[in-house]
Amino acid sequence: MIKLEKRPQPSKAWTYLTPLLAVALTMVVGGALFAGLGKDPVVAIKTIFWEPLFSEFAFYYRPQLLVKGAPLVLIAIGLSLGFRAGIWNIGAEGQYIMGAIIGAGVGLAFYPMEAFYIFPLMVIAGAFGGWIWAMIPAFLKVRFGTNEILVSLMLVYVAEQLLASASLGLLRNPDGHGFPGSRNLRDYASAHNGDLIANTGMHWGVVAALIAVIFAYVLLNRHMLGFHIRLTGEAPRAAKFAGVNPSRLILICLGASGALAGVAGLFEVSGPAGQVSIDFNVGYGFTAIIVAFLGRLHPVGILLAGALMALTYIGGEIAQSKLGLPAAAIQLFQGMLLFFLLTVDVLTNFRIRLAKREVA
Amino acid sequence: MKRRTLLASAAMTAGLALGMATAGFAMDKTKVGFVYVGPVGDGGWTYEHNKGRLAVEEHFGDAVETVFVESVPEGPDAERVMTQMALEGADLIFTTSFGYMDQTINVAKKFPNVKFEHATGYKQADNVSVYSARFYEGRAIQGHIAGNMTESNVIGYIASFPIPEVIRGINSAYIHAKKVNPDVEFKIIWAYTWFDPAKEADAAKALIEQGADVILQHTDSTAPLAAAAEAGNVIGFGQASDMAEYKDGPRVSSIIDDWAPYYIARTQAVIDGSWESVSTWDGIGAGMVGIGDITDKVPASVAAEAMELKAKLASGEYHAFTGPLNKQDGSVWLKEGETASDYGDNGLAGMNFYVEGITAEIPN
Repeated sequence: MIKLEKRPQPSKAWTYLTPLLAVALTMVVGGALFAGLGKDPVVAIKTIFWEPLFSEFAFYYRPQLLVKGAPLVLIAIGLSLGFRAGIWNIGAEGQYIMGAIIGAGVGLAFYPMEAFYIFPLMVIAGAFGGWIWAMIPAFLKVRFGTNEILVSLMLVYVAEQLLASASLGLLRNPDGHGFPGSRNLRDYASAHNGDLIANTGMHWGVVAALIAVIFAYVLLNRHMLGFHIRLTGEAPRAAKFAGVNPSRLILICLGASGALAGVAGLFEVSGPAGQVSIDFNVGYGFTAIIVAFLGRLHPVGILLAGALMALTYIGGEIAQSKLGLPAAAIQLFQGMLLFFLLTVDVLTNFRIRLAKREVA
Repeated sequence: MKRRTLLASAAMTAGLALGMATAGFAMDKTKVGFVYVGPVGDGGWTYEHNKGRLAVEEHFGDAVETVFVESVPEGPDAERVMTQMALEGADLIFTTSFGYMDQTINVAKKFPNVKFEHATGYKQADNVSVYSARFYEGRAIQGHIAGNMTESNVIGYIASFPIPEVIRGINSAYIHAKKVNPDVEFKIIWAYTWFDPAKEADAAKALIEQGADVILQHTDSTAPLAAAAEAGNVIGFGQASDMAEYKDGPRVSSIIDDWAPYYIARTQAVIDGSWESVSTWDGIGAGMVGIGDITDKVPASVAAEAMELKAKLASGEYHAFTGPLNKQDGSVWLKEGETASDYGDNGLAGMNFYVEGITAEIPN
């Protein structure tokens, strides 16, 4: 009989092995799914994981990995700080939207003036937009003890309504023939977040994501605040004795994740997306939660997880058009990744023992 | 370091150029790509575009290969999907949602040898055509039936996005409902989505609770019809597709988009080398807009009038927007006998106002 035995301490080795095992399991079960749909599983898996990196057209797909991965990493890094301390910001999507609206709004307010300081101002405004949106659940939690999971999630829907309103009213392109959506920031040099080196996909958001990874790493490993964050998550009572102020931690963690989601939104709206439009948000804020956990809430892990997620998106699209796989199958495949990660997590905390049934 | 990145980027630019050059050459097989905003199984908008794609495959057989990607968000993802199709050798790409407009133009710039066709937009280029259908002609017939059928005199309308396309539909339906029933009132809910069964069902339920016994929809799923069936004594119409599975239930007729003839003709033009950038806006007359069977729930006399209206719209004898018509604020839009022009200040293409009598406001 198989028995699960709790490990005295989470296994170090399995902490690193489980993500790989989850990916492997996803490939096997996903492959079976593709086979069930009448596609060659090996070709399908190869299309998703190999083609974006090494095919004939990889020169186009590789930069796209950066474009797709940067906002995921940027948001996930912020989320991971709170998640580590047991503070659950589920509303990054809303903070991402608010960063985009306010950041783009600041840029458009200067239109058509050209000046070097416009883009930096937009970045600050974007961070502010995300920060202030995250401060709502933070303040309510600190002041009234509300649940930040619910409040931050509900604020996503409020942000979506504000996005619709901004695209239809305040920020609507006056030369847009009555169609919704703001001016395209690509046509406004001072506000455009273009490739820093042509055709590399390397825009400011990618740079910011890399900086965020390094900062988070240093913060968590070398800084007192990082220690407090980890301590609160791992041993809340000990944290109290160590003099951690929980309210301060809530404000900092939610604020940081909000600001990072906000700048991610700003970099997206001023770069790849180009304009504020009703359906500007495509779920980065939610996918980032998967990325954060897939990356074990570790900055470097998140970087890798973000890259992997981006790969499945881009490879998934290639598989759709080349092999005729339905979009739902690709989404299922991505969902499996988190599912298996959570499943095999059991190995980190438990040992599997083959034991004889004991007679009572 | 700097030199290396410079070289790398130069190589990449060369690669992109090479990719574009090779993508331009049509092999013996003509490759046609389709970018869809919803899933092919939405039973409405995307379902009909996909039927058009299948018609292309059937018509040309081995001479043509088609590819598609479904549920593509209207943003940078769309641009990547189009680029990917062009790189993989597509000769002609249909981008089938309004929100793909800027992306289509951007990608078309990079691939001058690939032809693009953007549905329902207004930006053309040397290798970008635009095409749409005069759905408002179908809405006129819908309005006529709805105005006759309603007993509560409240007609619910599930609108998607406040763009001219949708506003035209509301106006056309309202004008023709009002003509046969002066007491009719329109309640409009904006769903801000083209396809979201849950949201659409919620909107339908809210409208029914507000007393609507006819539901018109400009969203693509069958969820509103399902909600109408559940409520009982409420009728609705198929949108974009016939939605015939609700024939025994609430569906009394439908507006059917028929893209097949257009897709076949445009593919043929690419094969012949005669493709040119055009702006197409066809209606019932050209067969791009079809009216689904009117069921027995509708009195025979009303159905006969509806068919007569259809014939007149098809022949061009009657225009769905014929004066006298005032704007919502009471100012004159069309004088007695005057018909709306397609373009210009008060044209149909950019319509952003309601006609007189509608009490709702366009969100902004």
